[in-house]
Amino acid sequence: MNEKPGPARAARVIAVTSGKGGVGKTFVSINLAAALAERGSRVLVLDADLGLANVDVVLNLLPKVTLHDVFSGKVALDDAVLPAPGGFSVLLAGSGLVEYSRLTADLRERLQQTLEQLRPHYDLVLLDTGAGISDVVLYTISLADEVLVVATPEPTSLTDAYATIKVLATQQQRHGVHLLVNQAARAGEGRVIRGQLQQVVDRYVAPTMGQPLKLDFLGEVPDDTAVRDSVQQRRLLLDAFPGSAAAAALRAAAARLADDAP
Amino acid sequence: MSAAADLEQPVIRGAVRGVDAPGGTDRLPRNSPPRVNPPRRPASAEQYPPLQLDKALQLLRHAGVEAPQGAVGTAPWMQELIDSLCELSSRDPLTGLANRRAFELALAREVDRVARAGEPALMLLVDIDHFKRVNDRHGHAAGDLVLQTVARALLASVRPMDTVARFGGEEFAIILPNCPAPFGQAVAERVRRRVERATTEVAPGVLAEVTVSIGGAFAPAWVRSSPALWIERADRELYRAKSSGRNRACLEQPPLSQVSAEEKGLLFGSSQYQDLS
Repeated sequence: MNEKPGPARAARVIAVTSGKGGVGKTFVSINLAAALAERGSRVLVLDADLGLANVDVVLNLLPKVTLHDVFSGKVALDDAVLPAPGGFSVLLAGSGLVEYSRLTADLRERLQQTLEQLRPHYDLVLLDTGAGISDVVLYTISLADEVLVVATPEPTSLTDAYATIKVLATQQQRHGVHLLVNQAARAGEGRVIRGQLQQVVDRYVAPTMGQPLKLDFLGEVPDDTAVRDSVQQRRLLLDAFPGSAAAAALRAAAARLADDAP
Repeated sequence: MSAAADLEQPVIRGAVRGVDAPGGTDRLPRNSPPRVNPPRRPASAEQYPPLQLDKALQLLRHAGVEAPQGAVGTAPWMQELIDSLCELSSRDPLTGLANRRAFELALAREVDRVARAGEPALMLLVDIDHFKRVNDRHGHAAGDLVLQTVARALLASVRPMDTVARFGGEEFAIILPNCPAPFGQAVAERVRRRVERATTEVAPGVLAEVTVSIGGAFAPAWVRSSPALWIERADRELYRAKSSGRNRACLEQPPLSQVSAEEKGLLFGSSQYQDLS
């Protein structure tokens, strides 16, 4: 085990985002959470995708208590935090928050309060954000201490990942962003992609900020049939195929993320 | 196969030839959990009153739609009748465009698709400028002709896949699926100019010309918006177009950061992605 923050220390809040949808953001969030939990961390995944929240679907979770129920006063926050199969906790935003898909001052306030209440009880909180760079997504990311961008080698995904990084740099003055490349077709592809992205960031983003922005490469998850099978079975990859190459990659990414603690 | 083949065939007493009463038994096991839609019990003809088709046929005749072909009361005949009625109930009778009902259906479908697939979609709200003047000057019949001209102009300036609807009075709405943000203004301008060029002969030798104001908004990709919010955003732009002098198109500026061609070039240029970008 590496560091184990004492109970008094508040959790690191890490937003997991992607720019483009459908790149496996939720898959990465929950399996990374499981890998971090394996290492002994207390981890909460907050499904903050207010439009298409689906961590519950991916993990086959019941009951469907959501943040929406908390916000509408139906249940207490504690009761809305669900235990997930991988030894971590989950709080669902729920698609019931559809009407919040536009950012209101009220929603802003509530999300922030919720996070502050939860923070002392965990070592890490992963915010599984919606895709895109709408104001809701950007606001959710702004609540986080760190950002993890998930990208695939597909050109549109890379372009959107770059656009996201650019917005985060200019609007939120981020000086570092974690990068994880999902669905890598060849070994080493992730590192090449990281190099390409860093090059464009150095050339076009850093100068406008007046200081460098470092992409911290967490690794690549190979495009593994085990991944598709686990998703289809609605199980964690780390549970269903713990020996797969993708599972190993996610564990390595978790280790790197834990070591990178400020 | 048509959808009709999957449906239980209706029992139509009197008017029907060639339709057997649905047979079969309830195939669910005795202790199975209740289904949302329990299978209909085998019905005897006595349970259903005879179908009243006169009104439906009259409605179609009045609208100038051909009556269904083939043997009256058979499943294909009924299907054709239902199709015609569906078509009729989704069209605006004056302009032939999609009516409000059909528009809302298309809108809900598009909101869903945008959230799932992330494809950009544009909504344009089109409102005729000073339409009341046309009515006042030339009469309501002329107003109707102008509405038809505008409808034709709108249809002619968009793709077949786009939904053009009469939203209300002199207001129209267009949904353009898969319309990239950089094309939005050009499409809206094309629509505006086409209407501006069109004329309507409201009386022998008397031409009426109208202009339109257009407000447009893109559905936020990957985000589940609601139809109401999307309309509201387009409506705000329409208001902007009206209040800044009419006969113009205002589109909501997407808040996204643009990735320039240069940036893309560097991102893909010296790598194995060369062919893909």
